Amino acid sequence: MTKEKTEVKHGKREIVTPGEIIAKGDFLPGDWTTKEGEEIIANRFGIVDKTERLVRVVPITGVYIPRRGNVVIAEVADITMNGWIMEIKAPYQAFLMLKECPMYVDEYEMENVYGIGDLVVTKIVSVKRRAIDLTTKGRGLDKIKDGMIVEINPHRVPRVIGKEGSMISQIKIASGCDITVGQNGLIWVRGRSKEEELFAKKIIDFIVENTTSDGLTEQVEQWIKENKPKNLGKIEGKEAKEKTEEFAESSVESESQEFGEEKE
Amino acid sequence: MAEKGSYTKRIDGRSFDALRPISAKVGVVPNADGSAMFSQGDTIAIAAVYGPKTLHPKNQQNPEKGVLRVHYNMLSFSVGERIRPGVSRRSQEISQVTEWALTPVVMLEELPGTVIDIHINIIQANAGTRCAGINAAAMALAHAGIPMKEMVSAVAIGKMDQTIVSDVTKEEEDYKEGEAATDIPMAYLSNSKKISLLQLDGRIQAKRLIEALDAGKKACQKIYEIQKKVLKESE
Repeated sequence: MTKEKTEVKHGKREIVTPGEIIAKGDFLPGDWTTKEGEEIIANRFGIVDKTERLVRVVPITGVYIPRRGNVVIAEVADITMNGWIMEIKAPYQAFLMLKECPMYVDEYEMENVYGIGDLVVTKIVSVKRRAIDLTTKGRGLDKIKDGMIVEINPHRVPRVIGKEGSMISQIKIASGCDITVGQNGLIWVRGRSKEEELFAKKIIDFIVENTTSDGLTEQVEQWIKENKPKNLGKIEGKEAKEKTEEFAESSVESESQEFGEEKE
Repeated sequence: MAEKGSYTKRIDGRSFDALRPISAKVGVVPNADGSAMFSQGDTIAIAAVYGPKTLHPKNQQNPEKGVLRVHYNMLSFSVGERIRPGVSRRSQEISQVTEWALTPVVMLEELPGTVIDIHINIIQANAGTRCAGINAAAMALAHAGIPMKEMVSAVAIGKMDQTIVSDVTKEEEDYKEGEAATDIPMAYLSNSKKISLLQLDGRIQAKRLIEALDAGKKACQKIYEIQKKVLKESE
């Protein structure tokens, strides 16, 4: 499903509840809406998005709906003969096939590659009715060995990433951490110290709380200025900059490309 | 509406069609996918929604549409005399009627093979607990991002001797004079103007029942406005 750019120009976005009439007259019903006569009715709690004649509701709460091409952070739930059963916080279980793993895997020692309980950065290959297939073939897709996981609501991920990844690079620069965002609401934060990781988490929490307000990038910039711990600044000297660039090389570009189309 | 009868003034001094003071909040259970608190006077209900998630055991799954499960529970300290914790005949009945009251609005056909669990806990009871539970559950469902056709609002209408009153309290429920008390809990869909729950405990004339339903619809409309307002202000 394609997502169009939102051009709402007021302080807070309009929130609707199920059953509410969002538009009357010559409009087309988009996602999570139905048309009854002349009226477009919301079928879900969320933000209204009117793009020309199309009216849709953008959900802000609820469980993750898997889409093809999404990068998600998955937990290994079980190991079977020909792959791994993964938990991606969606209503249905996902499957990572043996042949979708980029390295050689000994069929009898699959737990050495991805053991039960391991977190793995994966990509969704296909969503067929109720079967979700994953892959770990691709850049940046691998098992998570260090760092911290921040969990947020999956419907707020587009705001954490921002337009063309503007928000996420802002967080990366401010905290000095490397961040991988899973579309299922799990965010992998990897910094050089615990303080850095916790600060990145705080920024993410701030974004999540203010999902419905406009001009969030500026607000976050302001918030970072006010709340940045002093000791964090010290590490952020020359060394930190080098580190950041190094991180940037490995992930920033690839992520903004991958997620570019997924923003609100 | 008040005809001659012994009940000319309400015990708590409200007018006959007035509701008890209502307060509501969403997001009260952080671990749930959606949650809400709804209180009417001394009655306080907390609803938590989990799901949609895969239903286990698999033989209970429906490949055509999702399953809605409601668990209503009154906590042991919610009433004056401690009640035995756990499932009772009464709580099973209320779970079932709440499920029936909510099913018409939830778009279960969008969620095949899944289950939505709703847990309603009454932490303080003073009559109208199933109605407070339904109100809280409807808000929690919306908060959990479950696709819904519209909201559900519920209220308990009473007939005290000859007088029809909205949102009865425990004291009123125990009214003994004249024709004594009749309790009519109802759930109403304000947009499509349909009734999804209607129970009756006591006796009432057919003509008076229609009158009671009209009073209930008005009360539910007021509750719907509050539910909507609280949900919108939560973000």
